[in-house]
Amino acid sequence: MQVTIDNITIEVPEGTTILQAARMIGGDVVPPAMCYFSKLKGSGGKCRTCLVRVAKSSEKDPRPMPKLVASCSTPVQHGMVVENSTSQEVLDTRKSIVEFLLINHPLDCPVCDQAGECDLQNLSYEHGIEATRYEEGRREFPQIDIGENIKLHMNRCILCYRCVYAINQLTDGRVHGVLYRGDASEISTFIKNSVDNEFSGNVIDVCPVGALTDRTFRFKSRVWFLKPMDAHRDCPTCSGKTVLWMHGNEIYRVTSRKDQYAEVEEFICNECRFEKKDVNDWVVEGPRKIDKKSVISANHYEMLKKAAVINPVKKVIVKESEK
Amino acid sequence: MSLTNRSKVVSNKKFSFLESLYLPAIFHGMFITLSHLFKKKTTVRYPEVKRPFSPVYRGLHVLKRDDEGRERCTACGLCAVACPAEAITMVAGERQPGEEKLYREEKYAKVYEINMLRCIFCGFCEEACPKEAIFLTDRLVPSQTEREDFIFGKDKLVEPVDQRVDVSKRQSQKVLDFKKDKNQRHNS
Repeated sequence: MQVTIDNITIEVPEGTTILQAARMIGGDVVPPAMCYFSKLKGSGGKCRTCLVRVAKSSEKDPRPMPKLVASCSTPVQHGMVVENSTSQEVLDTRKSIVEFLLINHPLDCPVCDQAGECDLQNLSYEHGIEATRYEEGRREFPQIDIGENIKLHMNRCILCYRCVYAINQLTDGRVHGVLYRGDASEISTFIKNSVDNEFSGNVIDVCPVGALTDRTFRFKSRVWFLKPMDAHRDCPTCSGKTVLWMHGNEIYRVTSRKDQYAEVEEFICNECRFEKKDVNDWVVEGPRKIDKKSVISANHYEMLKKAAVINPVKKVIVKESEK
Repeated sequence: MSLTNRSKVVSNKKFSFLESLYLPAIFHGMFITLSHLFKKKTTVRYPEVKRPFSPVYRGLHVLKRDDEGRERCTACGLCAVACPAEAITMVAGERQPGEEKLYREEKYAKVYEINMLRCIFCGFCEEACPKEAIFLTDRLVPSQTEREDFIFGKDKLVEPVDQRVDVSKRQSQKVLDFKKDKNQRHNS
């Protein structure tokens, strides 16, 4: 099946969505996504940030689609022509979508622990506008501790449903979901129940904003003061492959590894995430590669790359043989 | 060829009798010294006399309080990441119930330190601050005899409630208008 996105043509298997096809091409062609998460079944179609214009539906039916479509949930058809960043209509709409997402968002980034690695922050920085035109009061909820280790700030939530899918699909038994409808809807457990099973901590990583945060890391530091290090350990429940956020030899927090679309590579268990905060528990592989534009790379003068590029031992041997 | 016109050709010729006495040269030199006594002095007697400062002079920092006397700083860390000299360190704390009159937001700086020996007074911290909390003022950093005394903590940086530091001259009209905008949550 052939699809053309922003004048780049690619061959994709049947059933691929436009967003997945764009990710196969990579680069600037990829529409941003706040709710779609490739590893969670059923996710997508809620936030509308990935809207694209379909200029030609297929080879058989060359008419354009009447409205912008959500690229995360629209399957590709043969000969489809898609416009993402080349269409002004898409860019204008995306700007409005960001404004919609920010209507109820408190913009308390200086306080929020997610700042610096927040998808909504990046999105509004790239596509949005500085000020908001919304004058009415924002939705306000009290903060809730769901379980010992997770904090829920419902004020910051953009209702992407990722955490609901994560809990439903990673663990058995449904423990939390969305209560009420429309403007009043909120993520919650049933009457302040706690979410405590082995993989519940992953809701922190799938959350694109700071609505679900790590209580063991609450206000401890800012992400750009810490050094992310790839590490692993022998874990009986999960793969044990994690990122340690360190300052010196101290581990401030443990997260799963995320790829370039901020999607978790492998889900990790709560024991790895919340309880193993000692360097001796882990085998540290080396610094994690962080995008140069990210604030996390700020003030790290040394290049963040795998250790031992130049092997000093080898160098000495060469010199001795020359003698 | 010379780059400047100030080069002098050195000669080894013998002094004349008058020159070998040195006296005319000594008197000439002493006259120059004496004449400086009657010239206008270039220094002032600080701290009794102070020179006028520019309103945007970048001197000793201040951590501002808001109109109700609550500390504005929320320990967001943007000043520290903007600081080219890495002079700023901070530890954040969570506001406890009952401390609402001390701190403006739920997070505050428990420790906030600026190393004045590292600081280059570039003013990036006040530019980075999203909460209008840190400002550089037209005050000078006092001299100290110990290196440790140059690490200024919150005791020296936060303005006392009864002795406010006026920084209104340092803010442009655009900033002052922005601060009144109730659509911005941190202004409400």
